[in-house]
Amino acid sequence: MNSPSLADRFRDGLWRENPGLVQLLGLCPLLAVTSTFVNGFGLGIATLAVLVASNAMVSATRRWMQPQIRIPIYVLIIASLVTCIELIFKAWFPALDRSLGIFIPLIVTNCAIVARAEIFASKNPVGSSMLDGFVMGSGFAMLLMAIGLFRELIGHGSLLSRLDMLLGGEPLRGIVITDGGWLLAILPPGAFFSLALAIAAKNALDRRRRRGGAAHRPARRTSM
Amino acid sequence: MNGIVKGGATLAVIAALCTALVAFTFVMTEERIEANEQAWLERSLQPALSGLFYDSGVTESMIMIPPPHGLPGSEAAIVYRVYAEDEAVAALFVVSARDGYAGPIRFLVGIDVQGNVTGVHVLEHRETPGLGDRVETSRSDWATQFDGRSLLDPEPTGWAIKRDGGQFDQLTGASVTPRAIVKAIRDTLLYFDTHRDEVFAMQAESKE
Repeated sequence: MNSPSLADRFRDGLWRENPGLVQLLGLCPLLAVTSTFVNGFGLGIATLAVLVASNAMVSATRRWMQPQIRIPIYVLIIASLVTCIELIFKAWFPALDRSLGIFIPLIVTNCAIVARAEIFASKNPVGSSMLDGFVMGSGFAMLLMAIGLFRELIGHGSLLSRLDMLLGGEPLRGIVITDGGWLLAILPPGAFFSLALAIAAKNALDRRRRRGGAAHRPARRTSM
Repeated sequence: MNGIVKGGATLAVIAALCTALVAFTFVMTEERIEANEQAWLERSLQPALSGLFYDSGVTESMIMIPPPHGLPGSEAAIVYRVYAEDEAVAALFVVSARDGYAGPIRFLVGIDVQGNVTGVHVLEHRETPGLGDRVETSRSDWATQFDGRSLLDPEPTGWAIKRDGGQFDQLTGASVTPRAIVKAIRDTLLYFDTHRDEVFAMQAESKE
């Protein structure tokens, strides 16, 4: 088996095997915190950081890993990393930490992380595992940001509000388009609708691309 | 047998490493986190003290009034006394309105020594996003209508939302939340009216 190219791996993480869109992992935080862009961004970055670090640590310890104890080891590693991230958020992004609340500690339960540890990091070298964590984490973070952006626009009628939670300083209202929006989008059902729309959009794009590519495929086959 | 010992040892080593990592992060962040918490507390008190001059270190004058106390909320009430050059200027009550739409609403009521409201600021709630959450100062200026009001303006019977025949605005689509808050402010004012001297005479809680 040839190892896939860098571009291929990015395509996998961000699109073809996006943890949120395709594997449907980590739905709980995805649905719960994406009411604004800043919240989605914050949790996305935190998850990304945990994923890179946990893949690195799982991969570094894979030599001593026995099948019976691998799950407790994953849990230990992921739980300690999440605790560290929580402390770092509390120290440097206190407002964001307050806004995300329990969902930072709950990154522990994001099955996308344990899935990458089991599927990839436990079988691959450190560098490759970190890249995998980065790519998968980015896929997840970008989905969180996209849904956050969409729900904030529809639900609050604003874009990029409360960026001060990242940058510090006085509360910022962002770009206000309308005062108040369609409430449904920021309530829990809106999260499900937004995710469903995102998945539907992805499938539609894939199908169109496949249909477009179909014309070229026979030609390619004869050349092989 | 050998497998169990080896597995246990591996687990122990990794557990120790992870603990060390968490301990290291904790030590690195502890000071900043404490400073943040203190700053957040001081800053969250500010909106309820608009237009007042006062000494810094408001949080050092905290007292806890154990229940039953007649204030809104069933747990011990937290009160910060505000001074300007050792002269009492106001008291800040952290109260919770228990009859919100979804659980208690914790908020600050600042009252100056004459009994006028200096500000109302919601700290914590679980009201509906887009409806009840407009009581938050960051979302609308609903809470500013109490500034400068007292038990004489309006009389206690007027301390209700307009829908209930009172003088205060409700929010479109949400009257439960404003009703709960208005009632809790009135109760706090009534408490302050009768217990003013006690509140300022109490010994401040020492930290830890």
